[in-house]
Amino acid sequence: MPLAAIDLEHVKFSWPGAPTLLEIERLKVERGERVFLRGPSGSGKSTLLGLIGGVLAPSAGSVRVLDQPLHDMSAAQRDRFRGEHVGFVFQMFNLVPYLSVRENVLLALRFAPARAARIPHPERSAEAGRLLAAMGLADPALLDRPVTQLSIGQQQRVAAARALLGGPELLVADEPTSALDHDAREAFLQLLMRECAAHGTTLLFVSHDPTLGALFDRELRLDELNTAT
Amino acid sequence: MSGTLQLALRSLANRRTTVLLTLAAIAVSVSLLLGVQKLRSAAREGFTSTVSGVDLIVGARSGPLNLLLYSVFRVGDATANVSWDSYQRVANHRDVAWTIPISLGDSHRGFRVLGTTDAYFQHYRVAGGRALAIHEGKWFGETHDVVLGADVAEELRYTSGQQIVIAHGAADVSFTQHDDQPFRVVGILERTGTPVDRTVHISLDAIAALHDEAAPTGITAFMVGMRERTALLTMQRALNQYRNEPLLAIIPGVALKQLWDLVAIADRALMIVAAFVVFAGLLGMLTTILVSLNERRREMAILRSVGAAPRHIFTLMVAEAGILASAGVLAGIAITYALLAAARPMLVARFGIFVPLGGLTVPDGIMLAGIVGAALAMGLLPAWRAYRNTLADGLTIRI
Repeated sequence: MPLAAIDLEHVKFSWPGAPTLLEIERLKVERGERVFLRGPSGSGKSTLLGLIGGVLAPSAGSVRVLDQPLHDMSAAQRDRFRGEHVGFVFQMFNLVPYLSVRENVLLALRFAPARAARIPHPERSAEAGRLLAAMGLADPALLDRPVTQLSIGQQQRVAAARALLGGPELLVADEPTSALDHDAREAFLQLLMRECAAHGTTLLFVSHDPTLGALFDRELRLDELNTAT
Repeated sequence: MSGTLQLALRSLANRRTTVLLTLAAIAVSVSLLLGVQKLRSAAREGFTSTVSGVDLIVGARSGPLNLLLYSVFRVGDATANVSWDSYQRVANHRDVAWTIPISLGDSHRGFRVLGTTDAYFQHYRVAGGRALAIHEGKWFGETHDVVLGADVAEELRYTSGQQIVIAHGAADVSFTQHDDQPFRVVGILERTGTPVDRTVHISLDAIAALHDEAAPTGITAFMVGMRERTALLTMQRALNQYRNEPLLAIIPGVALKQLWDLVAIADRALMIVAAFVVFAGLLGMLTTILVSLNERRREMAILRSVGAAPRHIFTLMVAEAGILASAGVLAGIAITYALLAAARPMLVARFGIFVPLGGLTVPDGIMLAGIVGAALAMGLLPAWRAYRNTLADGLTIRI
């Protein structure tokens, strides 16, 4: 049986006393796969990402990430699991404004001791620099700059470097390119795909932009998967 | 935990201006509270040791505070004198080691004149058992010799050898001047920080001479030093029940304490005001943190996405309050000591208050820890709000 990166079965989610927001019979992403998930607004995208990230617990059904049953874990265990195994990149405002570029990348290790243990302490900064360079931010002077001085495109690359640091098995990107112009979008996507391939990282890429779908192994439509809407 | 503390520090450093202002408000309020605390304990110390080494003060029967006020603080007047006979009987009692007679009623340019004997210079003690010392010249020997307190000499710019005139009555401007009998300044005392500094000392014989008497017939009051302190209460009772004339004997320590309790109402009020100022400082801090919460929801979502649990967010917010208050308290302590060190010479010279620069006392420590504790308790409110926000927001970055 091939190992699954994400496996949702008979999942339902609703806030207490509110109508069902999300109902998914089956959603499975194999390890190492690069999946494009098309989710127009209102399709339950935030809810799905909350479940996969372990911020939300399903009202019914099972949520397995990297074969771990998130639905059986406590909230604290799910927080820990997310920190250790999942990297996130959001649409914008991915960075903590009061930390430098380097510190923002290293933030990935702060709440994830096992992930941090994979990189020996003295090499962490160099590894952050290496990932930034791989994302096209090679200038070493950039490392100690406040993140507020970066362009949005640069910020997204820093966020991607953070999501990849320490080699998490799953990377969830939520509209990471929608704040970028066309050229930057292409470049960012290619760098991201290359890094994921290099580390064998599973990529779940969420976007409402259908033109990007062709670049991925597989395309899913959340509005079709989610029978609650 | 140390990671959270570090994050809190960085986040505070990022909001430098508001954080520094908040910190300044806390520091100033803490130094006010601590300063008041230090001054009041120094003032109490100085006050209660205005006179020491004296076992009893005896005067005509009035009230204990009245007797204390005119005999020690030169405030108010005696209602009647103690006869010379009674004084002599006590002075010669076998349990009595020494007595200091005090004769008041005259003045020199607003300063009280005190008629006494050598016993005053030998036995009278101020703060912490310190004896009187001559700063310049000598203690009086002749009838018309005068010894001045430090303030008198300084304010009137008198030096040894100066001729002065004593006025009858205590008023600044007196119509009866004893100007047929000029006095000569022979000595100036060291500063004591007590009413002694504001007193003009002459001999009892001089008082008698001023009032055209050959020898003293009565005195205003006298101080008693006992041979055995065990006989003190017996002596006090005997004097209070003295048949020949109505006398009152008080133990200065007890009376000073009563008087201080009266004065202490004011300093307690000052303390309460200072406490409220600290409370206002902490409220300012609470406002700063609460206002920042909304703009920091994004940051919380980012921290959540890298694995922070809501309890980490909670700790972060409480840590910020704790850091702000601790830094404020430390800065407040520094300000207090800097100000006290600078103001010390002036406090001793002008008010006779000696403020020791020693470390913080246990009550000081408890008070300061209480301020940090209160700040942490107040920090629970924004921490709880942030905790609720993170639970509701999850990974969604709300703007």
